[in-house]
Amino acid sequence: MAKNNKPALGIIGAGKLGVTLTRLALKAGYTVYIAGSGVASKIELSTKVITPGAVAVTAKEAARRADIVILALPLGKYRTLPVDALHGKLVIDAMNYWWEIDGEDEALKNPASSTSELVQAFLPGSRVVKALSHMGYHHLHDEARPKDTPGRKAIAIAGNRVADTVTVAELVNDLGFDPVIIGNLASGKKLEPGNPAFGANVDAATLKTYL
Amino acid sequence: MTKKTTQPKILFGLDTFGDIPTDKDGKLMTHAAAIRQVVDEAVLADKLGIDVISVGEHHREDFSISSPETVLAGIATKTKNIKLASGVTVLSSDDPVRVFERFATVDALSSGRAQIILGRGSFTESFPLFGYDLKDYEILFEEKVALMAEVLKEKPVTWEGTTRAALNDADIYPKTESGRIHTSIGVGGSPQSVVRAAKYGFPLMLAVIGGSPDRFVPYVDLYQHAAKEFGTSSDEIGIHSPGFIADTDEQARRIAWPAHKTNFDRIGRSRGWPPITREHFDYEIDHGSLYIGSPETVAKKMAKTIKTLGVMRFDLVYGGGPMPAAAREHMIELYATKVIPRISELLAEKPDGKK
Ligand SMILES: NC(=O)c1ccc[n+]([C@@H]2O[C@H](COP(=O)([O-])OP(=O)(O)OC[C@H]3O[C@@H](n4cnc5c(N)ncnc54)[C@H](OP(=O)(O)O)[C@@H]3O)[C@@H](O)[C@H]2O)c1
Repeated sequence: MAKNNKPALGIIGAGKLGVTLTRLALKAGYTVYIAGSGVASKIELSTKVITPGAVAVTAKEAARRADIVILALPLGKYRTLPVDALHGKLVIDAMNYWWEIDGEDEALKNPASSTSELVQAFLPGSRVVKALSHMGYHHLHDEARPKDTPGRKAIAIAGNRVADTVTVAELVNDLGFDPVIIGNLASGKKLEPGNPAFGANVDAATLKTYL
Repeated sequence: MTKKTTQPKILFGLDTFGDIPTDKDGKLMTHAAAIRQVVDEAVLADKLGIDVISVGEHHREDFSISSPETVLAGIATKTKNIKLASGVTVLSSDDPVRVFERFATVDALSSGRAQIILGRGSFTESFPLFGYDLKDYEILFEEKVALMAEVLKEKPVTWEGTTRAALNDADIYPKTESGRIHTSIGVGGSPQSVVRAAKYGFPLMLAVIGGSPDRFVPYVDLYQHAAKEFGTSSDEIGIHSPGFIADTDEQARRIAWPAHKTNFDRIGRSRGWPPITREHFDYEIDHGSLYIGSPETVAKKMAKTIKTLGVMRFDLVYGGGPMPAAAREHMIELYATKVIPRISELLAEKPDGKK
């Protein structure tokens, strides 16, 4: 545990989504370890300027030092994740299959399960929850609001263990959104590209009508 | 961020992907007619004193321009002052040597008005088309930017990498008269791209196509910090965002909405996001990155962004979606004769509203 008794966050992926989530988490008082694809020095400067207060590390280090790890890298790269360092961690999968980045990947394009279940299978020692994947990063940036703000936007959460989804719900709330727990990890499929909830930047009541 | 007290000259540009406009009868033009339309619009923009025309590179049915520099060559010999830019050249699936050759040719035809904006592009349809693997996305861009930086020096190049044949003391022609083609890097929201631009000393073009432009303030800071660290210059930052201007706010929204929706939903279908709602469109106009409205509305919004980000150049992406050609031309007139002069006025105003 880090400051304010809030769990320490690791964010793997220091691009559009990773940086946006880091900003929101710092504002909410979390300790954040952020990582890109390579050595920490590659993202040190951008971290210092764009997300001052966050600690630039490697993916392995982010996984090791954090209580909760958010995956904000291209889905096509999930097989590079540090499986051992993620063992025992709560992992939030915010990734989507995006053919323009990930290429035409049959396994990701038409998986038998949800893509989060593929990630869970790759990380057998971790508890994977899908969240923070359906809203565009600029909406995440612009729409974060304090709890109880009328019209506050919602983020859907899918996971197999209730306790984990509740932990993620607290984080989502701290970041500035109303959490909506939609069911088990398989139900995260409803949040994937091509479904009505994908891209959703709406309040909780409206989001539920999409699911 | 550095806030300059005296207002330097801001460059105003137009940017298009060569969207297919509709003709007098409301019918979609052919690709060929759409390209000629862009040439006519560039000629009009030049006459009216607009600083830059940028044309994008896409390889899809809904956009007519796949070969920007060929279109720029067409514009070059018909215009006098306007700068001729690509927006963007998808470098990852191109060859830096050939990119240079083609732009140096445009530069010759236009007596030094060619500009390159390098980017990764938000679409990647050029990859399969030209035989590149998306798995190499990062390395292709990284290596090619490095080679491009060398080629632009217009001296013999010796280079070795993994993405094309090595060069050994290769001199590349034609040489430009100025010795340098103005070349920027276009970036979206990825911080590492900003750092990369600074590393090679390329001017930065921020592509802001949605959400509030304020969120790019830290990127401007990052660019300046990074440039300092690398010892390169960093005084040139521009922005590109979509917009449309008509005589009144109501008219502008009425004309732009169906075109924007067609455009957005077509792209959305391939990316898996749901159709855009009118509410979202209005929200983007009121609070986000759509510069749509009367000349006064658009001028105010652009001036605000220019001030907030401290940018030196604003390229307005016009004519998104199937829009009447006449409306596009009228927009260019309003942009040149009303919006740009009004922005200069607004920028000259002191914060308390007095001159
Ligand atoms: N953009 C959005 O609005 C949005 C919204 C919701 C979800 N998402 C999802 O979030 C993920 C990231 O999207 P993005 O838009 O943020 O992409 P992005 O801007 O391209 O950033 C990707 C980041 O991932 C890093 N990365 C790449 N390979 C990696 C690896 N093997 N290990 C660790 N880090 C790696 C990259 O680092 P380098 O620069 O070092 O390669 C970069 O920092 C995607 O799965 C996307 O579907 C995006």
